[in-house]
Amino acid sequence: MNSIYAFVVGPLAWIAWGVFIFGSLYRMVSMYQLAKAKDASSLHYMSFKYGMRSILHWLNPVGTLGWQSSPYTALVTFVFHICLVIVPLFLLGHVVLWDQFFGITWPTLPDTIADIMSIVLVACCVYFGLRRFLQRDVRFLTTGKDWVALAIPALTFLFGILAYHQIGNDKVMLVLHILCGEIMLISIPFSRLSHMLFGFFTRAYMGSEFGGVRRSKDW
Amino acid sequence: MTFDRKIADAGLERGVSRLTPQRIENTLRQVLEGETGAKLKLYAETCMRCGLCSEACHYYMSHDKDPSYSPAGKVHQTLGEILRKDCKVSPEFVYQMAQIAYTECNLCRRCVHYCPIGIDTGYIMSTMRRMCHKLGVIPQYLQDTANSHSATMNQMWLKDDEWMDTLQWQEDEARDEMPDLRIPLDKEGAEIYYSVIAPEPKFRTQLIYQAAYIMNEAGVDFTMPTEPGWDNSDMCMYSGDFEMMGRLKKRHFESALDLKVKKIVMGECGHAFRSVYDQGNRWDGWEMYPIEVIHSVEFFWDLISSGKIKIREKFKEPITIHDPCNIIRGRGLMEQSRKLAHALCENVVEMHPNLEHNYCCTAGGGVINCGPPFKNVRMKGNRVKAEQLKATGVKTILAPCHNCHGGLEDIVHYYELGMDIKFFGDLIYDLMEKPEVE
Repeated sequence: MNSIYAFVVGPLAWIAWGVFIFGSLYRMVSMYQLAKAKDASSLHYMSFKYGMRSILHWLNPVGTLGWQSSPYTALVTFVFHICLVIVPLFLLGHVVLWDQFFGITWPTLPDTIADIMSIVLVACCVYFGLRRFLQRDVRFLTTGKDWVALAIPALTFLFGILAYHQIGNDKVMLVLHILCGEIMLISIPFSRLSHMLFGFFTRAYMGSEFGGVRRSKDW
Repeated sequence: MTFDRKIADAGLERGVSRLTPQRIENTLRQVLEGETGAKLKLYAETCMRCGLCSEACHYYMSHDKDPSYSPAGKVHQTLGEILRKDCKVSPEFVYQMAQIAYTECNLCRRCVHYCPIGIDTGYIMSTMRRMCHKLGVIPQYLQDTANSHSATMNQMWLKDDEWMDTLQWQEDEARDEMPDLRIPLDKEGAEIYYSVIAPEPKFRTQLIYQAAYIMNEAGVDFTMPTEPGWDNSDMCMYSGDFEMMGRLKKRHFESALDLKVKKIVMGECGHAFRSVYDQGNRWDGWEMYPIEVIHSVEFFWDLISSGKIKIREKFKEPITIHDPCNIIRGRGLMEQSRKLAHALCENVVEMHPNLEHNYCCTAGGGVINCGPPFKNVRMKGNRVKAEQLKATGVKTILAPCHNCHGGLEDIVHYYELGMDIKFFGDLIYDLMEKPEVE
């Protein structure tokens, strides 16, 4: 077990981070080049001002027609994403790893808070899953890729919680947690999770069109 | 996924009968690889299938939340299927895709207000139409309109002499009321080039009469062209014939530039406006229109706010105002349209949702131009509009767009709402101070 652990926090972690960073860079650069080659008549209208205007409005959970129409889903979406970003970055156990490997540290979240946030995140995933299953329009749209995109963060956090609470074999849980986390990193550039890379650009583009050309709001 | 609402249409049937699997695959690939790029790729990849857009669509809401009518649902059944099958789809699928893209989406872009990552379903549906156009699978009536554009440079098969004759006929008619009224033809250097869509001379000639009357009374220096290019409409933009869309816009602008006018004022049309500021101009490589284009709503507000047209009395009955997608969500004219409405009417009752969030008329995006076979698609697909109109409790609707007029008239009739629909031009002409005729 120890050798597996060493492998997942060692070489596999390097690979995962490498794929995530270079894969993301590759995807973003190649997408920009494709946009320059094929979407010049759209790219030309990109505007920092209107792009930001749109992004900021959509960062307000009650600020847009879409969020207002589905308040519960809006709430869950925001809570989910906040937990998804904050917990991995500020978890003590993670910062310790950064310190151990690279000698860098930063402030951390109290473990209890991180634990609650993780449980909330898994609950959010359950909500999304039920929605996929029970809500007719969402079920109609759901494909295998969507379940994968949901399962990756759900399992990562679930195994993290189990490992923290030492439920089941804690070593196994920890390895599974790390493994899922690494799968998440690897899949960000190459799955639906790529909305993390591109979502702000598509949002900004729509904002630019609606602000600059259409002179109306896109929220 | 079964498609249980196939509608017989001669154009779609003829088009599909000529398809071979190889031709379909080649054409779809050519559009995907040759004409689209990062935008479509990202929309397809990053749509999280969250379903937030569903409620945006009047078709979805009117069909008791049938998921196959939601914006993402329509993408799922068209582009989604093409990508999943790597362009290897059947002729029958193309029929279904054409029916969805041409008749079950008005490209109104209401769903933009619902998608957190800003996916433009209108663009995706437009791309589906492009594929159908290149495959020759287009609803017959819409293609007939596009053919008219190609052959005559106007939408209604109007011959050159008929156009000129109509203008002179309207000039003649209006002289009963205003003896020195003129519709100056081809006047070089005029301040304003007044352009209309071809349905005006074809069957809404009173709009030309009214506009001429208003402009004469206001002392506006205007002209109307006699050569092709006078029609600002552009159904090719909606049929997917982008080459023709570009030709039409080029001819239109060149016709105005040839006359060395200062600007173009266009009648109360929605889609023609979209074609000059958003789509046609881009195809021709212009960032924006090469000569300023003013929509009637802006123009009329200018005439009234500057006192060039004085209102004798306001419209007394309560009236509601419809926000056409191409001038409101598309070009932000809500402020002018409200100022104008309040200047003309005593009691303006807002419908809800309104402004950018207004529900579509279901005629736009070329859907009404798909003709009688698809009329019920529009009627059943817009029950929410009927409910929205009924809830205002008023008897008159203001709608500054030809397509919206056509669509709303049908809805009012179908749902027995007993409402009357007016253009701003109708109201101004009725309510303005007019000189006495001796």
